[in-house]
Amino acid sequence: MLLIACPYCGEERPELEFRHAGEAHVARPDPIAEIDDAAFEAFFFLRDNPKGLIWERWRHVHGCGRFFNAVRDTVSDRFITTYKAGEVRREVVRDDEGGYQLKGEER
Amino acid sequence: MVDGMTPAPRDGVINEHRFAIPGLDITPLPPAFRVSLRAGPDDVGALSQALDVGLPVAPKSSAIGKSGRQALWLGPDEWLIIDAEADPMIDLEKAKAVHSAVDISHRNVALAISGRRARATLEAGCPQDLAERAFPVAACSRTVLGKIEVVLLREGPERFRLECWRSFADYAWTFLSEAALAARP
Ligand SMILES: [Zn+2]
Repeated sequence: MLLIACPYCGEERPELEFRHAGEAHVARPDPIAEIDDAAFEAFFFLRDNPKGLIWERWRHVHGCGRFFNAVRDTVSDRFITTYKAGEVRREVVRDDEGGYQLKGEER
Repeated sequence: MVDGMTPAPRDGVINEHRFAIPGLDITPLPPAFRVSLRAGPDDVGALSQALDVGLPVAPKSSAIGKSGRQALWLGPDEWLIIDAEADPMIDLEKAKAVHSAVDISHRNVALAISGRRARATLEAGCPQDLAERAFPVAACSRTVLGKIEVVLLREGPERFRLECWRSFADYAWTFLSEAALAARP
């Protein structure tokens, strides 16, 4: 079974306890009432849907209940890292050997 | 609570169920007071004092007070309080600390699963690692059993308390007893 590291529980837990919760780091425009239709469409409907690395919100719904952020590879379904909601976006890059490097943790 | 209010009698849905095979007992537990408690980190001390049981702050851990009152960590700001004798809501009324307490005594039903086959039986439907190194005595967690959400507390090396919603109790009972029979060597 796929294991997902919950940053609040501090350990890997089975995927059955989690629920996907959409793309992460989508900032709500402020003030939202003053944006035009195209800007609202971009904020509300348009998502990246990349092949490769994606930044997502997940919720440990059948565990501690918290929302958190995760970086996942949509090709391999591998979770590269997870971090608490509200924390700054973790930068991840692919290296030459096909592995992943967390920015700030380069060898 | 209104003075002189009489608690409604609780008829558990699976009171009369009994399941025992060599190495495994599944028993419905008597009714208990239960509170879903939410509070921030600054108020944990005051609420622990009011409840007379230290609210655990480490993930997956539980605590038991002198009176037998249990406090289960469910999330960073969420606990399940279980007390078979006294209503924790009465003690929480005196607490000045900001918190949310909801009486869920009637929402849950509890089962005791005990014996040397207890762990294997639960693992038929619970995807968590229930080995003692990962889930030691006093460990607790909200998790899943088959298709339902449950709260699991390890009360002894071979004894678990399973809390589930009342309407799921029959499912939990049937799932566990079927799993136990299927796993019988
Ligand atoms: Zn968690």
